[in-house]
Amino acid sequence: MIYALETNQLGKRYGKRWALHNCTLHIPQGCIAGLIGLNGAGKTTLLHLAVGLLKPTEGTIDVLGTSSRNPAALLPHIGFVSQERSLYRHFTIGDTLIMGKKLNPSWDETHAHRLIERLKLPCQQLVGRLSGGQQAQVALVMALAKRPEILFLDEPFAHVDPLVKRELTKILMETAVEQPLTVVVSSHIVSDLENICDHFIILTPSQVKLAESTEQMGELHKRLIGPRESFESIARSHTVIQASHTGRQSIALVRTRLPVTDPVWQIEDVSLEEIVLAYLASHENAHTPLQPVQFMKEVIR
Amino acid sequence: MIEFHLEKRTGVAPYMQLVQQVRQALRLGLLQPGDQLPTVREVVSQIAINPNTVFKAYRELEHEGLVESRPGLGTFVLKSLARSSPAEQEALREDLIQWLRRAFAVGLDTESIAALFSNTLHLLQKEESTPTT
Repeated sequence: MIYALETNQLGKRYGKRWALHNCTLHIPQGCIAGLIGLNGAGKTTLLHLAVGLLKPTEGTIDVLGTSSRNPAALLPHIGFVSQERSLYRHFTIGDTLIMGKKLNPSWDETHAHRLIERLKLPCQQLVGRLSGGQQAQVALVMALAKRPEILFLDEPFAHVDPLVKRELTKILMETAVEQPLTVVVSSHIVSDLENICDHFIILTPSQVKLAESTEQMGELHKRLIGPRESFESIARSHTVIQASHTGRQSIALVRTRLPVTDPVWQIEDVSLEEIVLAYLASHENAHTPLQPVQFMKEVIR
Repeated sequence: MIEFHLEKRTGVAPYMQLVQQVRQALRLGLLQPGDQLPTVREVVSQIAINPNTVFKAYRELEHEGLVESRPGLGTFVLKSLARSSPAEQEALREDLIQWLRRAFAVGLDTESIAALFSNTLHLLQKEESTPTT
């Protein structure tokens, strides 16, 4: 099976510091995967490794079955929006589109203009004069007009107002209906991603903490509320991601495949956002690091 | 045609929210046999949601025998969940409005009304399930 993105023991070191370490991921084609992590967790490093802007210090990274070490063959199939948006400030939007057309064999001119119109972007305006949010939109249009098979988006919604954010999200999801598309999109805001992603990759500084489908995340994580004296036995049989104790009561967010049978525990479902926040916070409390979990399920299509 | 919405702060998975909204519309008679559900593309443009979520919801409804997907045409409602006619439901709604006005008049707030309603419903169901001697 050819994965959209496959990494094995991938690592990138800057001097003495590992920006990414032991990263093993298998993202099936057709996924919309959210890359979540706090600032400096390694999201951008992973994306730059994927598109060939960085070379790994160790391990391998393949996109659509081709090594990112030699990105030339890959580039026509990849759409990438960097955090800096990487646009020419002295070009107008119109010139930028012409450049896109000349540089990309698979460029879809009609699609590009339709998107620019839909987003009401001023074609005559210099890119350097646009707001941060408008530049983000132009960058996304450039990436989509290439009709890529896989899109890597680094914080695409930063500096974008809520209405435009909604419009961009719709455009992305519509694209995923119209053509086969895999998306890897990073953000540190869970609510931006929770309805659009079917998989999540949670990074805490340099480590993959969790990588699985949103469906599994929902099934495997529970909140348990019960007496403090029974907490130890729960912690023995289930993986505690986060726990707090007040007086005689314990509240724990656990990951488990086993049913909780002890009736003293009240079991609740947990929202995606709470699960993600628990993982992000958990690296500060010294829990045993979890084995990175691979995407096991295929995307249903 | 049904219009979907998503609530963020519930533990209910998005696909299940869509399933529940269709069931609800079927119960209220807002959707009837032969009606078409919005296409995946339409839902996606409406509420900015992962297309796989919509596919999954429609598959679940199909599995329950409530809808049927006709390739190339769309997804259509097969059967209704409404136990009463729209006219009967309207009459009941009228009664309920009268009752709610009385409840507000004696000073009940929304939460107390909801509690009273679900409690009474629960009691009634229990009574009806225990055989009378």
